[in-house]
Amino acid sequence: MRTPKRRRLYLVLACGLCFAAAVGLTLAAFSSSLTYFLSPRQLVAKPPPMGQSFRLGGIVEVGSVSTTLAGTTPTTHFAVTDGRAAVDVRYTGVLPDLFREGQGVVAIGSMGPGGVFVADEVLAKHGAAYMPKDVEQALKEAGKWNPKFGPPPPASTWNTMQVKAGS
Amino acid sequence: MNEDVLPANRPVRAGGWLHYLANPARFMRVAVPVLPWLSGAALLLCVAGIVWGYQFAPADWQQGNASRIMYVHVPAAWVAMAGYAALAVCSLFSLVWRHPLADIAAEEMGPVGAGFTALCLISGSLWGKPMWGAYWVWDARLTSVLVLFFLYLGHIALIRAFDNRAHGYRAAAILALAGAVNLPIIVYSVQWWNTLHQGNTISITGGSKIYVTMLYPLLISTLGFYLAFIAMVVARICAAICERKTASALLAAAEELA
Repeated sequence: MRTPKRRRLYLVLACGLCFAAAVGLTLAAFSSSLTYFLSPRQLVAKPPPMGQSFRLGGIVEVGSVSTTLAGTTPTTHFAVTDGRAAVDVRYTGVLPDLFREGQGVVAIGSMGPGGVFVADEVLAKHGAAYMPKDVEQALKEAGKWNPKFGPPPPASTWNTMQVKAGS
Repeated sequence: MNEDVLPANRPVRAGGWLHYLANPARFMRVAVPVLPWLSGAALLLCVAGIVWGYQFAPADWQQGNASRIMYVHVPAAWVAMAGYAALAVCSLFSLVWRHPLADIAAEEMGPVGAGFTALCLISGSLWGKPMWGAYWVWDARLTSVLVLFFLYLGHIALIRAFDNRAHGYRAAAILALAGAVNLPIIVYSVQWWNTLHQGNTISITGGSKIYVTMLYPLLISTLGFYLAFIAMVVARICAAICERKTASALLAAAEELA
């Protein structure tokens, strides 16, 4: 049955498949440059030349944060890790509210002398889990989750959890 | 059952109701009485979801009250994508089966979808500043949604760019179908590449990473946004059909006079 409608349908499907394949291959080829930030592991494996600006992303390592004040401007030293490698970061300026140990961050800057990443800007990255404060407290008290050490436990264990009112 | 009872043109194939509604006059007979109910339900659900979310749902443990932007941002994003998917389906019907109603629907969906995409981009940027520390970043999720917005704008311009309406419908349908490749990119961008935007919270298969008292207002507001999109598009289609009828009636009257 080669009616015009059928022919047009096949034509559209064939064009669609070719186009989707072309886009898919292009994205696969450019995948590394579509990445918004480099992880410490990628940085250690293939360090960009000193002075070249790039973005570094990862988790703020627990116990690595120290702040010194010069006048009213704070300078913060911290390490960004992805669990396998860690990179020391120095940032002068006010950090975003969500910055804390164990938080995901993206730092924009370049490698300075001594293997320290000098950040011009620090952005906070937050997780995809939403819960009220008292649920977070209850999970912490029960020893099921500490936000400093990674993402929350599987959602089904807390997304309908009962907590005491007013706690 | 006596087969002869069915009228000859009665749609019996799977998907036949689409052919049935593809006649503009029939569509009007169904849509006009439904529209007030649809609009009322959309308004009610939007208001209920947003008031619940902004006033009564708990604040997030980490983001505090800023997380309440999600009751607008997330439904707007979903509707923007679903609207583009609907646009692509209309375009397929328009290209392959030359359905007159699919042409009109595609023409009327563009501005509404672009509006929801703009709402998603603006609310997202207002959320990004206090939480991330930046209104805008060029990560894969944000950039692909911006591309969606430009695809909508391109479609709006292209479908109206020709003196011969049929040419505009064909060209815009090809753009809409080609642009549909962006939809899976938006959805999976947060998994395929490192992005500043967080991953997906809601999952149909596994547990959703959101507490139940925050999930309900989100779902209600999402339903409201979907109904609002449908109501706006249906109203615009009805108006467009009336406009065409009036134009052809005026033309016929003018020819009679001449």
